[in-house]
Amino acid sequence: MTEKPGIISIRNVSRRFGTVTAVHTVSLEIGEGEFFALLGPSGCGKTTLLRMLAGFESPTEGEIVIAGIPMLGVDPNRRPVNMVFQSYAVFPHMTVEQNVGYGLRVTGVARAEAAERVKEALSLVKLGGFEGRMPSQLSGGQRQRVALARALVKRPKVLLLDEPLSALDAKLREAMQIELVRLQKTVGITFVIVTHDQDEALSMANRIAVMEAGRVRQVAAPADLYEFPNSRFVAGFIGKLNLFEGRVAGVQDGKLALDIKGLDRIAVPFDGHASGEIAIAIRPEKLRLDRQPSAADRIGVRGRVSEVAYYGNESHVYLKTDDGTSVTANVPNSARSTRPTIVVGDELWASWDAADTLVLTE
Amino acid sequence: MSISTATATPAPRLRRPRRDIGPLDYTKRAWMRLLLAVNFVFLYFPIVALIAFSFNDSKRNITWQGFTFKYYTQAFNNNALQDAFTNSLMIAAISTAVSTVLGTMLGVALHRYRFPAKDVVESWVHLPIVIPEICMGVAMLALFALIKFPLGLATVIVSHIAFSIPFVAVVVRARMAGFDLSLEEASRDLGANQWQTFWNVTFPYLIPGAVAGGLLALTLSLDDFVITFFTSGPGSTTFPIKIYSMVRFSVTPEVNAASTILIVLTLTLTVVAMAMQGRGGNKKI
Ligand SMILES: Nc1ncnc2c1ncn2[C@@H]1O[C@H](COP(=O)(O)OP(=O)(O)O)[C@@H](O)[C@H]1O
Ligand SMILES: [Mg+2]
Repeated sequence: MTEKPGIISIRNVSRRFGTVTAVHTVSLEIGEGEFFALLGPSGCGKTTLLRMLAGFESPTEGEIVIAGIPMLGVDPNRRPVNMVFQSYAVFPHMTVEQNVGYGLRVTGVARAEAAERVKEALSLVKLGGFEGRMPSQLSGGQRQRVALARALVKRPKVLLLDEPLSALDAKLREAMQIELVRLQKTVGITFVIVTHDQDEALSMANRIAVMEAGRVRQVAAPADLYEFPNSRFVAGFIGKLNLFEGRVAGVQDGKLALDIKGLDRIAVPFDGHASGEIAIAIRPEKLRLDRQPSAADRIGVRGRVSEVAYYGNESHVYLKTDDGTSVTANVPNSARSTRPTIVVGDELWASWDAADTLVLTE
Repeated sequence: MSISTATATPAPRLRRPRRDIGPLDYTKRAWMRLLLAVNFVFLYFPIVALIAFSFNDSKRNITWQGFTFKYYTQAFNNNALQDAFTNSLMIAAISTAVSTVLGTMLGVALHRYRFPAKDVVESWVHLPIVIPEICMGVAMLALFALIKFPLGLATVIVSHIAFSIPFVAVVVRARMAGFDLSLEEASRDLGANQWQTFWNVTFPYLIPGAVAGGLLALTLSLDDFVITFFTSGPGSTTFPIKIYSMVRFSVTPEVNAASTILIVLTLTLTVVAMAMQGRGGNKKI
């Protein structure tokens, strides 16, 4: 994305705890002003990587450079980054104002200036009027805002957020997602957020690194990640999939010819390198359901409806094909109707545009 | 739905269901209540009697003769008792101050750090709490004899510090168990160095533990008899030991009065310690 060296350069960084390799030769460039997400399942090393940026862990191997300065041996209190902890870590014995002003007080910022900046930070997170409250008198969402203000008041080059929304309920979480994006736009600094929630990463970040077992599997913009995943892991972790196993048969009219179990020979556009065993995948919302065999230019498979799950805006239709493979199609409920048009037992054709096929080589 | 209600079975006879008494419903069992009452009597009657008879206007402690404060006056004017009381206060003050600081440091270290043979060190810390006091006393005496240190106030103070430290450490450690380490990390992250972090974040959190531990040490020191008995020398008689020596002549109301003062003192300290611990617990989020 960014051409100039990023505000954060992570170069071949590994971190081992005894025999566990929490982070495995990770290299990342994060640009100035980015909203960058580290996404992956629990235990994949996201927090460890973030803590290495903050200075609470040191890499076993590799180098971290922040704002052009190598961070080896630099204490957490001397790094141009600030962190919002998963538990918020709001100081329980200090008022909101004291919490937010803490980082200025301990570094000797003049009293008048500190008061000004605290006020500004509190209004930024919409906590004006809460100055005198104790953390025990705040809700979880408000405590999080205190943690945010406390970090932002330091005017860091990078704000690190470890699963900032995981402790909030669903409604508040969505509001806070929007809020964080707004905040990032307002202050204009780099945000690095850790999350295990793909929706969160997709909706907030402008770039996402997907991690698995300590390694970065793919770094891309949300839409690229969703539409062009480079592996089964990434494809499966981001969004839902219908997966078919098969093998490469050759090249045919500039397209990749594949023999897929349960389907006939298909040809899909593909400009990578593929051979041998392979998998293809299709997103449920890219499928179309018909009562007749689908058009010849589409890839289709016949199945019987085994279940229909109604979600209001859409329905998820589960099909079983003749050879027992399950296929899920998401059908928008675009017309206002209470009578289901598809019922269990229906025989349908699910089809998709060959161009929508995800070819997963690894 | 409607069919099943139409063929209703005859209404069951109304009878209040007998609620089972759960294993922990102590107060629902009559014999348990009796046992409790008996226990309270055994525990508190002697103390109540002791206090009551300190106001008894009689040389002997047997029958009630009328109310008086005269034995309190007598106790206050007893120079030997006064000296013993002053000794006790001084010993308690110094040993509490020292053992609170050392015990707090030990408690924090045990909570925080991992080091080789930590389990062994922990067991050693608990040892003075569990071994019989008489053994502690003999051991202390043997030590002072070995290094030829004359028995006196200093030896008593050192002994009191020695047996108080573990109590303080245990209380502080228990307090620290609820401490969220990310608070310290947050402090560091916000630009504080390690000392600032300790004084601004860790210390305020552990204060209730340190105060409770310190008050515990104070109480222990004030009413310690056995260890003090072994390690005190001429001129370092403490209040409990003085009372004991007075009792050996006869149990006069003066002894009762002196004991009552000690009871009130320790009780007050204990209540304050408990209040501190309770408040500390509530302040946690
Ligand atoms: N301080 C530590 N000591 C030992 N193992 C750790 C430590 N921190 C993390 N790990 C291990 O490293 C792996 C990655 O942990 P973490 O970075 O917390 O994952 P995530 O945040 O992605 O859930 C886990 O297997 C975890 O058990
Ligand atoms: Mg984590």
